[in-house]
Amino acid sequence: MMSPLASTVLFHVGPVPITEAVVATWAIMAVLVAGSALVSRGLKLVPSKAQTTFELIVDTVDGQIRDTMQLAPAPYRAFIGTLFTFIFVANWSSLIPGVKPPTAQIETDAALALVVFAAIIWFGIRAGGVGGYLKTFATPSLVMIPLNVIETITRTFSMLVRLFGNVMSGVFVIGIVLSLAGLLVPIPLMALDLLTGAVQAYIFAILAMVFIAGAVGDAKPARALPTPRITP
Amino acid sequence: MNWLAFCSIISAALAVSFGAIGPALAEGRAVAAAMDAIARQPESASTISRTLFVGLAMIETMAIYCLVIALLLLFANPLLK
Repeated sequence: MMSPLASTVLFHVGPVPITEAVVATWAIMAVLVAGSALVSRGLKLVPSKAQTTFELIVDTVDGQIRDTMQLAPAPYRAFIGTLFTFIFVANWSSLIPGVKPPTAQIETDAALALVVFAAIIWFGIRAGGVGGYLKTFATPSLVMIPLNVIETITRTFSMLVRLFGNVMSGVFVIGIVLSLAGLLVPIPLMALDLLTGAVQAYIFAILAMVFIAGAVGDAKPARALPTPRITP
Repeated sequence: MNWLAFCSIISAALAVSFGAIGPALAEGRAVAAAMDAIARQPESASTISRTLFVGLAMIETMAIYCLVIALLLLFANPLLK
């Protein structure tokens, strides 16, 4: 059986090997970009059916951001929405026969976790300046600096491992059952895998929101509503 | 099959089995507590279930760590090279 940590190289562009996951990622990106460009091209005040559907999605994302972060959703809508949509579509891309979800490769998840890591720093600095963001590491006291630094790294790592472990184990279990039992038997497991994929996309987006809200809330000097900080 | 490979397979199985016990108990308690809370206050169900999902993800990470350790032992064992 192939190792779940190995990746299949399809072809080379110059010296750079292009793996299966990279091709799948770019295909998903192309579909998402083309789809959103197509939908948002002719926006009307009295919306069509397609526009209503997508407005509903945007509205749901906005509501989740407002509930979780206790902040105005506008600055975070694009980032969180893209994150959720991409991971959701990537996890469900296993519905297409022959496609392995790119999130089942540890490299894709590492990239996503690094994007969130950078976003936390960026939103933190934007809310309170460099000094204000660095000061969040020293809350509540100076003794906490090493712990806060370690926490920043480990929570990124745990996001990576969580997404990778869940999606990869789904693909792996389906492969094992398919090799043991054959046709039609893995279908319940595939349904479970779809549920896990949707829940993991939601959780990844929620955790990104919670971490960003933590950085933004701490960096701002005075805030009425304290956001709950969840540490992994 | 040498001694080191034998030990790796046994410890991978041990890691997954014992790593599943703790998170399973913890998730059961978390869901039970959330059900209790929703039964008492149905109007705050959305907040409770969102927090529950995040908490479950945190708990589940422990099991996933054990799974990753087992996979490292089986597929990327540095001692078997």
